[in-house]
Amino acid sequence: MAIEVRIPTILRSYTDGAKAVNAKGSTLEELIGDLESRHPGLKDRLMDDSGLRRFVNVYLNDEDVRFLGGLGTPVADGDTVTVLPAVAGGAR
Amino acid sequence: MLTISRELVDKIVAHARADHPDEACGVVAGPAGSDRPERFVPMENAERSPTFYRFDSMEQFRVWREMDDLDEVPVVIYHSHTATEAYPSRTDISYASEPDAHYVLVSTASEEETPFRSYRIVDGVVTEEEVKIVESYG
Repeated sequence: MAIEVRIPTILRSYTDGAKAVNAKGSTLEELIGDLESRHPGLKDRLMDDSGLRRFVNVYLNDEDVRFLGGLGTPVADGDTVTVLPAVAGGAR
Repeated sequence: MLTISRELVDKIVAHARADHPDEACGVVAGPAGSDRPERFVPMENAERSPTFYRFDSMEQFRVWREMDDLDEVPVVIYHSHTATEAYPSRTDISYASEPDAHYVLVSTASEEETPFRSYRIVDGVVTEEEVKIVESYG
């Protein structure tokens, strides 16, 4: 068992085109660290110095992790983590 | 080139007009690989702003999963500018994250007409494309 991480189109260049990859960890932050060890560069697309990037949405199963515990959100085998770039913009 | 039905163009324009002066946004889903916009999905602008839009994160999650289940992709991602022209702003370009999508912009700045334009935005580079409006996809 592992944690499935679903990767959006724009980040699949880091995963050799894979739509989903497996990773492990007990929190989201550990999971991202584990992802980085196998897919270098991915972490920088998900996080900046202050934490999760503002325009990247990360979901644990059906919930936005911002409403859970952010990077400290516990994760476990069998969970699914989904990454979606926020769709945003505007005239400003 | 974006080929899109008149019915969908009318729906996008109506959504933009209804939400004016706030920006309106949404997607038109279509079968993966078809490049054919079919299913109109107006989205909530979580920012409710005249100068910014952002899909509500939970609504986006549901819609993206639904597209996944139906083997669809966001063929068109649209939003409106309500006081400026229908051209991608620097903000639009920096957040564009679907390299395969047609980014449609409409402007509701004028009451008389609603410009409807389409772009590709890949790696920060904007390319305007022709919009072909058809009565049906035949």
